[in-house]
Amino acid sequence: MSTLTQANDHDHDHKPTGLKRWFFSTNHKDIGTLYLIFALTMFFVGGSMAMIIRAELFQPGLQFVDPQFYNSMVTVHALIMIFGAVMPAGVGLANWMIPLMIGAPDMALPRMNNMSFWILPFAFALLISTLFMEGGGPAGGWTMYPPLVLQTGAAFPFLILAVHFLGISSIMGAINIIVTVFNMRAPGMTLMKMPLFVWTWVITSFLLVASLPVLAGGVTMLLTDKYFGTSFFNAAGGGDPVLFQHIFWFFGHPEVYILALPAFGIVSQIIPAFARKPLFGYASMVYATASIAILSFFVWAHHMFTVGLPVKGELFFMYATMLIAVPTGVKVFNWMATMWKGSMTFETPMLFSIAFVILFTIGGFSGLMLGITPVDFQYHDTYFVVAHFHYVLLTGAVFALMGAVYYWLPKWTGYMYDEKLGQIHFWLSTITANILFFPQHFLGLAGMPRRIPDYNVQFADFNMISSIGGFAYGISQLLFVYIVIKCVLGGKKAKALSWEGAKGLEWTVPSPAPHHTFETPPKLTKAMLEH
Amino acid sequence: MASKDLYYVPHGSKWPIVGTLSVFTFFLGSAMLFNHSSGAKYVFVVGIAALVYMFIGWFSDVISESRAGNYNKQVDVSFRMGMGWFILSEVMFFAAFFGALFYARMFSIPWLNGEGLGGVNGTHEFLWSSFEAVWPTNVMPDPSNALGGGKAFQEFTEVIPAFGIPAINTAILLLSGVTVTIAHWALKEAKRKALIFWLFATVALGFFFVFLQAEEYIHAITDLGITPNSGIYGSTFYLLTGFHGFHVTMGAIMLAVIMFRSINGHFSNKDHFAFEAVAWYWHFVDVVWLGLFIFVYWI
Ligand code: HEM
Ligand SMILES: [Cu+2]
Repeated sequence: MSTLTQANDHDHDHKPTGLKRWFFSTNHKDIGTLYLIFALTMFFVGGSMAMIIRAELFQPGLQFVDPQFYNSMVTVHALIMIFGAVMPAGVGLANWMIPLMIGAPDMALPRMNNMSFWILPFAFALLISTLFMEGGGPAGGWTMYPPLVLQTGAAFPFLILAVHFLGISSIMGAINIIVTVFNMRAPGMTLMKMPLFVWTWVITSFLLVASLPVLAGGVTMLLTDKYFGTSFFNAAGGGDPVLFQHIFWFFGHPEVYILALPAFGIVSQIIPAFARKPLFGYASMVYATASIAILSFFVWAHHMFTVGLPVKGELFFMYATMLIAVPTGVKVFNWMATMWKGSMTFETPMLFSIAFVILFTIGGFSGLMLGITPVDFQYHDTYFVVAHFHYVLLTGAVFALMGAVYYWLPKWTGYMYDEKLGQIHFWLSTITANILFFPQHFLGLAGMPRRIPDYNVQFADFNMISSIGGFAYGISQLLFVYIVIKCVLGGKKAKALSWEGAKGLEWTVPSPAPHHTFETPPKLTKAMLEH
Repeated sequence: MASKDLYYVPHGSKWPIVGTLSVFTFFLGSAMLFNHSSGAKYVFVVGIAALVYMFIGWFSDVISESRAGNYNKQVDVSFRMGMGWFILSEVMFFAAFFGALFYARMFSIPWLNGEGLGGVNGTHEFLWSSFEAVWPTNVMPDPSNALGGGKAFQEFTEVIPAFGIPAINTAILLLSGVTVTIAHWALKEAKRKALIFWLFATVALGFFFVFLQAEEYIHAITDLGITPNSGIYGSTFYLLTGFHGFHVTMGAIMLAVIMFRSINGHFSNKDHFAFEAVAWYWHFVDVVWLGLFIFVYWI
């Protein structure tokens, strides 16, 4: 044992202090914490923008903001929620939990891990600074379709480069996860013994590595179309604006699974723990996740039904989309079967998981409706779409993420959170989120278009209800912050096995998990490998 | 060597945050340049300098840790997998541009010519009846229709024939793939002289490729009038060959670093991941070129 082990041991004995600990970190738990705090902060930044949008939509007519600013709020809200809140929260959980779940000392490439995180605040500095620039922030929607997006003012190059920067961060993060899972598992932790959360994250990482570079290529073409005279998306030069939509959605559809698969993984951990039964159909869960991921590369044009595709294309993408419902259905069935005849208790993580199963399924069904070509001609670009994706993203992904935080907080902090407040937070969130998004289905079916600050008076009532739900949802999330802070500061001491029915390696280390865990590969017993 | 039953976790490092800051400065500078902001040049140059500093510093640290024998087998495998997946992400980046090329040739150009919709395409008749679906497209819209009355796009006289410089460049890159493999064999048999010689040959071929590519660009722009502004042909031509050329340049620089490390005796016949990583990268660049040669230049 030479220099290495010494240099190493030196680090292992005590954790670095002060700024160095956070800026130079190679510790998966510290980096995971940074990711999670960042994600929560951005959730509130993006959430405030949503509040501005909902305030404007409270009544017909223009009340608070001008349309240009309204549209930049819509655009930046979406980019922040996707790339700043949901994805980083997922990566934060992956960082914290994957090494603990597979018996690894850390992520495989810890320095790259640090860089993946630190890129985020700087990338968002680039993006958010555009709101103060000449011509305002980007306002063409998060989908950045040309030719509209090419009219963006000084914000344009900042938008493109921020997307590149975020892409670099996510690709590095994804490579790290793949390598960690394939190379760092403790002896005995075979692939089919891995917890489902780990599985969903490797598969998500494949999606990231394969889809983000395509987006990078697409936005690069936007940049050269604007500044170097190329005509990728300009029919006058032989190009086609629709080409951008193909490129964007070739990334974009896998992206929605990048947001959703980790959530699937989370509820597949939580439901068995509180139903006190092994996960039903473990292997089929793994295969279903993989099939969803593969299929997600062949359905992109369901976002483009109304753009004028050849009929054969429309049909192909419609059937492919219907096909994805099959593995998704397998998952929903397995979650329900896991609960079937279980001895269930309903602590906050379980409540969020059950709500996830129900509400994500509602979002999935409205997705199926949108996937049927002829009817999408009516639904496209209406509030029905907005309702659909907020069901899968907010009551889907975000609910699962919050459930995960409640589930693992005891492991992170060493204290139990305040269960009563947690449940209040759950009920407030669930009720208000439904008041917020359910009426939007009706608005959309009645023809209210999305991305427009004003609307016909016939839509007034439902919009007012939706806005009230929105404000209430927003305020309720402050309770979440309070609960988390309270739990960090103290509370009932958490045991190593914080939940009676929980399974997995992470529950064999003390709570709070020490700064370094599994410095030598753990010896796994049969019980530790159960799920 | 680290003992087998101990995992290796590197200690903290300033390089990731330095890396973040340098990419940030570089992006900020670029965005400011696009906006013609004052002081943009300086930010941009500082960004580039910081990037170079970061790459040199970070790799030096990794190299000295590796030389000190800090990395065990597991770390080696992590690096290998990491490099492999990185190359996959690069493949997907190029896929976007190839996709654009195929889409233009198979769909958008025939459609502009009125194909589809059973041949009834009024738009084409009225807006651009002179358009012909040929590749390379060189028919720009009627100037009287273009905004401002002038030609919207630069027309060109001819395209670069495949069996001129591009064919020579194909030969060069394929040859360099062979030389780098011979260098690898030499390394595995611990023949340092041969290793250095064949690496040198590879680096030379790489830079020669870049030189010829630059010549070709100059010829294309000054004599033939092909620019990025030459419609979809110029767009796909320059972005595909441009990004590829950039990758060759990077690859050649990396090979040169490997060559100097070989001269300094950094690699052993068993342990030489850095060499292999760069060789993989080089083969990747080679394969992309074959795609370019066939689809951009030849057919
Ligand atoms: C805090 C609760 C939230 C509220 C009140 C909210 C509200 C809204 C509103 C009003 C719009 C504008 C719809 C339009 O006019 O087109 C919107 C757009 C959008 N939101 Fe949210 N949202 C919330 C959370 C989220 C989350 C968590 C995500 C994703 C993870 C998300 C992703 C999006 C996307 C992708 C768009 C589309 C933007 C576009 O049209 O380009 N939202 N949201
Ligand atoms: Cu989709």
